[in-house]
Amino acid sequence: MKFLETLINGFSIGGIYAMIALGYTMVYGIAKMLNFAHGDIIMVGAYVIILFLPINPVVAIIAAVVLCALLGISIEKIAYKPLRGASPLAVLITAIGVSYLLQSLAQIIAGPNPKLNNLFEKLFPKFLETHRGGIITIGSFNIKLSTIITLACVAVVMVGLTLFVKRTKTGRAMVAVSEDKGAAQLMGVNVNSIIMITFAIGSALAALASTLMMLDGQKFAVDMGSLPGIKAFTAAVIGGIGSIPGAMLGGIVLGLVECFAQMAGFGEYTVAIEFSILIIVLLVKPTGILGKKRREKV
Amino acid sequence: MAMLEVQNLEVCYGVIRAIKGISFEVNQGEIVTLIGANGAGKTTTMQSVVGLIPKRSGSVIFDGHDITKTPCHKIVHLGMTQVPEGRRIFQELSVYENLLMGAYSMKDQSGFKNDLDAIYTRFPRLAERKNQIAGTLSGGEQQMLAMGRAIMSHPKLLMLDEPSMGLSPLLVDQVFEIIKDINKDGTTILLVEQNAGKSLAISDRAYVLENGEIVLTGTGSELASSEMVRKAYLGG
Ligand SMILES: Nc1ncnc2c1ncn2[C@@H]1O[C@H](COP(=O)(O)OP(=O)(O)OP(=O)(O)O)[C@@H](O)[C@H]1O
Ligand SMILES: [Mg+2]
Repeated sequence: MKFLETLINGFSIGGIYAMIALGYTMVYGIAKMLNFAHGDIIMVGAYVIILFLPINPVVAIIAAVVLCALLGISIEKIAYKPLRGASPLAVLITAIGVSYLLQSLAQIIAGPNPKLNNLFEKLFPKFLETHRGGIITIGSFNIKLSTIITLACVAVVMVGLTLFVKRTKTGRAMVAVSEDKGAAQLMGVNVNSIIMITFAIGSALAALASTLMMLDGQKFAVDMGSLPGIKAFTAAVIGGIGSIPGAMLGGIVLGLVECFAQMAGFGEYTVAIEFSILIIVLLVKPTGILGKKRREKV
Repeated sequence: MAMLEVQNLEVCYGVIRAIKGISFEVNQGEIVTLIGANGAGKTTTMQSVVGLIPKRSGSVIFDGHDITKTPCHKIVHLGMTQVPEGRRIFQELSVYENLLMGAYSMKDQSGFKNDLDAIYTRFPRLAERKNQIAGTLSGGEQQMLAMGRAIMSHPKLLMLDEPSMGLSPLLVDQVFEIIKDINKDGTTILLVEQNAGKSLAISDRAYVLENGEIVLTGTGSELASSEMVRKAYLGG
């Protein structure tokens, strides 16, 4: 039972990492940049939820997703677009700057102290009356309702995004742009709008990840996006930065490693183990597990 | 009537002037070729006309529109496209998906099925391989795909940058036949080639580009018999 529970938790936490990693990897694939402010979108999403929660929990979630998508688009327009074609270092430094900016603004507006959230209580008051702590027990097997919701959301996002990329005109244009911007333009693809859509999707997924973290009882804190951000970035690189299935795989791998390390009593070594995996993967396959070599052209 | 009119086009890479103020035109229904040695600036000309690289100065008029400052994707929507140097098909997409991308700019998707059938009839090899990942096609098949993909958008002007590069002699002949065919169907063609003999043979007119300047122009047969072209491009 312990094993099964750990496995399920691994998939659930890994699924959240994967959701965040998708944002890193899609933006990298399309805009060829590392958006280090991506993790902080999670924090903004969480704050929006706290802000709107008194009105209605569902409204709060929708507001978080929509506002984060808009924020992602604005960051790209204001901070990154003017640097299109500039040196990667300039873009990277700008992204780090945006990250600090978001955290500092949040600190000014929300204050430095972590805030509790009661998203779960607001969403499922009836359920909590019958299930203490939001936990479903079947014999000796325990599972949180929030975990079930997370798994369902992750599955829907993964399938949905895969179908979107494979089956829709815009999705195909995204693949085309990530492979060869110039050739995509020759098909009539507006690269700027594809980049905009990519930032919107990535940021919306970060807000969704944030929602799932809040649902699991995570406190709001100004730096709450940092660790998941770094883990998701690691996941994206392990899976092969630029690859959508790679980000999904990388996220799940990290989630499983984290949970099983904890189960085996190596909890404090989790990060060390994860970075060892990163190093080994990069030594064996520098492009990541599912990554491909890419050529750059006008 | 001039379908494409390029005036005093100048293109620079940093401080290097790759194109030094050239003017040329392509009339409706024509096949026009730019010939020139490696590094003459053929690709630079083609890519700046279609809006992929910026122009330093000069003007480009296409089908009555001033497209000097128009971004590439909008130019494509106006009816110009290009089979770029090195084909640049989407390696990760299937043959069919590449053709779908070719039709990306079509507002009216109702003709898609017919267009696709027409492509498959013209290029039977593509029909056999429609679900194959394009990156695994042979060089010749990739060239067919690049041409098929370009004509999916029904361009008024199709530009091809060295379509015969790296192909066997048999395939080269086939490529030139296809270009003639596409032209007969009403598409104006601007061709860049190092294979001067074959391209001049199918061209109405041609320009010779050397070091970013047009040094000679005339009809296909005039240039084919010119002393200078024969020495430099036809091996005597
Ligand atoms: N991205 C670039 N940066 C700097 N210089 C460039 C760049 N691209 C091309 N050039 C230079 O511009 C000149 C023209 O190059 P271009 O590729 O247009 O030649 P080309 O006629 O197409 O040659 P080829 O037959 O080899 O394809 C060359 O001297 C080349 O070195
Ligand atoms: Mg060239």
